Amino acid sequence: MSTDTTPDTTIDMNLDRHILRRTDGNDEEIVVNFGPQHPSTHGVINFVTQTNGEVIRRSVPEIGYLHRGLEKIGELVAYPGYMPFTDRIDYLAAMFANEGYAVAVERLLGIEAPLRAQYIRAISCELCRIASHFISIGTMAQDIGAATPLTHALRERESINDLLEELCGARLTYNFLRIGGVAFDVPVGWTDKVLRFLDHLESYIQEWDRLITFNKIFVKRLAGVGVITRDQAIDYGLVGPNLRGSGVKFDIRRDMPYGAYPNFEFNIPVGTGKVGTVGDCWDRFFVRVQEVVESSKIIRQAIAKLPEGDIQAKVARKLKPEVGEAVGQVESARGEMLYYIVSDGSEKAYRLRVRTGSFMAMGIIEELSHGIMVADLIAIIASLDVVAPEVDR
Amino acid sequence: MRITLGLDSTSLTRRYPRLAVLATLFMAFVAPLGLYIGALVFFPLNTPERLDAMAKQWLGFDLAASHYRHLVYAVFLLLVAFVAVNFTAVFGGVSTWVERRVAGRMQSRIGPNRTSAAGFLAWVADAVKMVLKEDTVPASADQLLFRGAPYFSMVGLLLPFVVMPFGESVVATNMNVGVFYIMAVTAFVVVGILISGWSSNSNWALFGAVRGAAQVISYEIPAGIALMVPVLMAGSLSMQDIVRAQGGMPWDWFVFRNPAAFVAFFISVTSSLAEGNRTPFDLPEAESELVAGYHAEYSGFRLAIFLMVEWANMWIMAGLAVTLFLGGWQVPFVASETYKAALGAGLVPTPSWFGLQALSMLVFSLKTWGLVIVFIWLRWTLPRVRVDQMMSLCWKYLVPGAFLCFVVTLLWQLLVPPLGNTVTGVVLSLVAFVLLAKFLLATYRNIGRVKGDRVDLTNW
Repeated sequence: MSTDTTPDTTIDMNLDRHILRRTDGNDEEIVVNFGPQHPSTHGVINFVTQTNGEVIRRSVPEIGYLHRGLEKIGELVAYPGYMPFTDRIDYLAAMFANEGYAVAVERLLGIEAPLRAQYIRAISCELCRIASHFISIGTMAQDIGAATPLTHALRERESINDLLEELCGARLTYNFLRIGGVAFDVPVGWTDKVLRFLDHLESYIQEWDRLITFNKIFVKRLAGVGVITRDQAIDYGLVGPNLRGSGVKFDIRRDMPYGAYPNFEFNIPVGTGKVGTVGDCWDRFFVRVQEVVESSKIIRQAIAKLPEGDIQAKVARKLKPEVGEAVGQVESARGEMLYYIVSDGSEKAYRLRVRTGSFMAMGIIEELSHGIMVADLIAIIASLDVVAPEVDR
Repeated sequence: MRITLGLDSTSLTRRYPRLAVLATLFMAFVAPLGLYIGALVFFPLNTPERLDAMAKQWLGFDLAASHYRHLVYAVFLLLVAFVAVNFTAVFGGVSTWVERRVAGRMQSRIGPNRTSAAGFLAWVADAVKMVLKEDTVPASADQLLFRGAPYFSMVGLLLPFVVMPFGESVVATNMNVGVFYIMAVTAFVVVGILISGWSSNSNWALFGAVRGAAQVISYEIPAGIALMVPVLMAGSLSMQDIVRAQGGMPWDWFVFRNPAAFVAFFISVTSSLAEGNRTPFDLPEAESELVAGYHAEYSGFRLAIFLMVEWANMWIMAGLAVTLFLGGWQVPFVASETYKAALGAGLVPTPSWFGLQALSMLVFSLKTWGLVIVFIWLRWTLPRVRVDQMMSLCWKYLVPGAFLCFVVTLLWQLLVPPLGNTVTGVVLSLVAFVLLAKFLLATYRNIGRVKGDRVDLTNW
């Protein structure tokens, strides 16, 4: 068995990669394709893995199976018309994809949404964050082998889907935000329903912690596994909960504020190495669990302070921004979601670029994969909260 | 247009709603009852001497002097085997339904509820579907071994039923090395796992097979040593003698008779979970890692055999634990003399004897089902351990722990007078009773916390 864990160059992952074959004369090693269809890849990604029995020598993510050319589409349709396409960038947290695009175009146009619209955005986005985090921590528990937490998480998410359906008519791809506002005002009595749900949620999180977060086997599986140090996290450009899990207190909502967020008080949970090392898989899991509670706090404040007024700024029917460029960043459930738009003065963007959290997370998997076990690779992929369409766009 | 061939259960039950209920009642009660009655009749009466006597008295035929007597004995043994094989199939099927309903309840969803009343016939539908599906063999697989592998697992599942005591006399054979026999034949399952994984010629299957082999063989050791504790306490390897050395009341059960046996019980149950590939030790078929593990390439009937082995193995695991530690078929307040007294002098035992046997079967089955529900409960609660953790748990904790229990039991048997056993039995069973009461209280409070829990019977 080879104990050498440095990446070798003799294996060309791009050639002949789907054929099971022996590698560089080492008969013990095989190449296994974790994907593109695999229960734990969370979408269509292929992890080409060079493994010696249970011990992985190297695992390289092969992305692009879900590339739909969403950036190019942004250059082919007019500014307002691109909003429904943004939903498809990250279908588990579509509200943030809407929001990032809206913020970017608003900056390009030099307008701002009315305050009420910004509060409604904050409420809907934080609900969406809770929903997305529940999927993330639920599937992570599923990947570790516990089936029940996922269904409980889906049950809670279902309530959020109901709330958002009442708000905007859609349960997954919302198409709710507009450039300069939101599509609909909140329905009568909706905020009370949200508050009732939050009451339930906050008590449920304690049950969740008893069920899975502090489960002995679960902690043993994740503590000290897939440790990403603070420097590594910054070097690899990790964002969002993955970055905060490594102890870096960075959150776009606080450090590069947008929308209504400067008006809210909330904590930024970071990984502390409570059960293992700072930046291990459990820290990233727990950061998400804590963020659910923080989101709930933000929603309570937003509902308490929800101002009266318009929900849509005056925007021309045909949007023709001046020649120039703008960047819109929002803190999505998977970290920074960045839209970079270059305008040539026409109705359509000259160039539209999207940078997403999952894509940034793919880079570090190879670095972490040397010498770990097969089950750890699954845990690491799950803890990075990879969503395939967000990787490929 | 739908082609139903007259066999479409949906349209049939829609036309005759009572048919669904009748079919459910038949499959839920009549079929298992038939198997139990079959076991009750064939298991105790199927001895050569009794067959000889029956032939002489009823047919006037001297079987003992016949050249073909072994052929007749073999035919009657096949009847016993038929009952046992069908029992595993029906139990395996029913337990899949129970598991899915329990899991549904734990996961706040409904579970199967469309096929007949309460979805009970879902397992029959699943079995029929699997039998009708194409039996594919991958082109690159080793044809012979691939086809043969399920039968090794199947044999490993069926052979323990030879010595599994269902009741006072309801056992196919009272083998004097019963415990050794069970440990030996259950190892066949891992042969099936290893062959299936290797012959599939697939990475996932091979991963699963190697994991399975490592796991099952490792856990045989603590399981074996822990099983020696009741053997020491009973002074016999025969399953029936071990049950007879216990009693009907909880303080007569071996699990409470000395502290080492109490620990050994948990070691034995943990090890058998690992041997049966149940969560938290379901590594050989870890869905999120290995897709399906060793049976990834199987389909149709062969897959059905693997799945049946997996679920029916729960009966072996639970039945073994019940027999060795939890008093087996012992009915409270019924001494072994009572059975003998009820036997009667006639060729066919008296109805009261059959009643007592049925009662002991009921006790054994209830205990075993209780333990099976615990296994199901564990499966839907716990995450999966990692390969190295599974190995270190076995070799660092369970093996030394089992050895310690073995030695402590030896010393206990030598040094502690019989009264000590009884005192320990009463104390430990009281402790267990208090723990059980606390658990039920906590459950009651948890249900209160979510403002009531209702069993909704309208979603049939």
